[in-house]
Amino acid sequence: MALLDVRLRAGYLFLAVAIGHLVLISAQVNSRTGVPILETVTFGAFAEVQRGTSAVLNGVGGAWSGYVALRNVRAENEALRQELSSARVEIQRQRALADRSRSLESILQLGSSTELQIAAAQIIGAAASPDFRTVTIDKGTRLGLKADMAVLGPKGVVGRVVVAGPRASRVQLLVDRNAAAGALIERSRAQGVVVGAGDNRLRLEFVSEIADVAVGDLVVTSGIDGIYPKGFAIGQVDTVEKSGVTYRTIGIRPAVDFSSLEDVLVVLTPTPAQRVGAVDAEAEKPE
Amino acid sequence: MKAAWVLLATAAAIASQTTVDRWLAAGAVDLVLVVVVYNALASERVTGLLTGSFAGLVQDVLSGGVLGMAGLSKTVVGYLAGIVGTQFIVTHSASRFVVFFLATVLNAVIFMGLYELLGLRHFGAPFAAVAVQGVGNAVVGVLVFKVIELLPGAVERRRAARSRFRR
Repeated sequence: MALLDVRLRAGYLFLAVAIGHLVLISAQVNSRTGVPILETVTFGAFAEVQRGTSAVLNGVGGAWSGYVALRNVRAENEALRQELSSARVEIQRQRALADRSRSLESILQLGSSTELQIAAAQIIGAAASPDFRTVTIDKGTRLGLKADMAVLGPKGVVGRVVVAGPRASRVQLLVDRNAAAGALIERSRAQGVVVGAGDNRLRLEFVSEIADVAVGDLVVTSGIDGIYPKGFAIGQVDTVEKSGVTYRTIGIRPAVDFSSLEDVLVVLTPTPAQRVGAVDAEAEKPE
Repeated sequence: MKAAWVLLATAAAIASQTTVDRWLAAGAVDLVLVVVVYNALASERVTGLLTGSFAGLVQDVLSGGVLGMAGLSKTVVGYLAGIVGTQFIVTHSASRFVVFFLATVLNAVIFMGLYELLGLRHFGAPFAAVAVQGVGNAVVGVLVFKVIELLPGAVERRRAARSRFRR
């Protein structure tokens, strides 16, 4: 009898907890009122744990690479010197190109609208659940970060800020299943939307059937989503499958290696769409 | 004491998850699920469901997903793993491997099923990813059991605790 009682109590408890979760899910799915306060507070607190874990690991890694793994440094140094020399030549070439385009820009009276204000940040943690592709960075609202700011890497687009805490922020990577960005093929200017596939892959969708897309084409941001600035590399087309005249699948190999990200840049300059949104919000404020 | 262990183990699992996921292949292991199933098998169904509920909710909050999705899936997994732990002899590594693997599959079915059902997220056909995570979780889970059982007097303490509970 007592055993039956224990089983019944466990069953009731299970039912109560399961129903509690279902109510919780229903409330969120129906309301959609932005980021819950619980999420922001817990995220802020846990970001400190991630910061600590990352600091300890970086310390151990630093000790290892600074003292133990110093073999072959001379050869590596030599190779780096050579690389630096060629990089300096490349900088000279790019500077000359930049000077040329700056003079052309001033001729067209476009001003310096492409200059972006950025903040460097370090990745201090990954997603708590393997089903989400997010990372935590060590900069937050104290440095001016806000939700929907674009995050870039040295090779291209990384993602966008989804939650900004005071000292840390969560970044949704472009490869997350729920991530998307307005994109265009650099060569043919064909427009589409790049969406994450969950693994380290991207897909280009909503491409016109008459658009010209070929394997090897560079895909860049189009700027129409109001989050990512125009012209930054997303990746390279590596598969194009057609079904009749329509594009069935356009696969993209991301420019950024998401499995080895360490440092990123957050774009602080608002996009034109964000500036318009801010002006509208200001106008709607009661006096 | 048990509650403190659950809190500590969950916090450690999430901290490790957010750290190892940067270096391992994405989604190769869900350490939080390993903690839930371990607790359920080592204790009983109530511990399993409470651990699952708590750990899943924390995971939801930190992942930015819908609160309760991982909570519900891990509650069900913890509860059923607790039943398996009390109804069957799950002391052999092979049987533990099977339980961890099936728990991963069940967790994925509920979690992804709910998201697909509500139209909030689309997972395509993630059979290979779930299978890989199932094997990853099973290997880590069996290793965790081995390591904890190697600790001095751990088996005796667990038997004593179980016999106290049955009386």
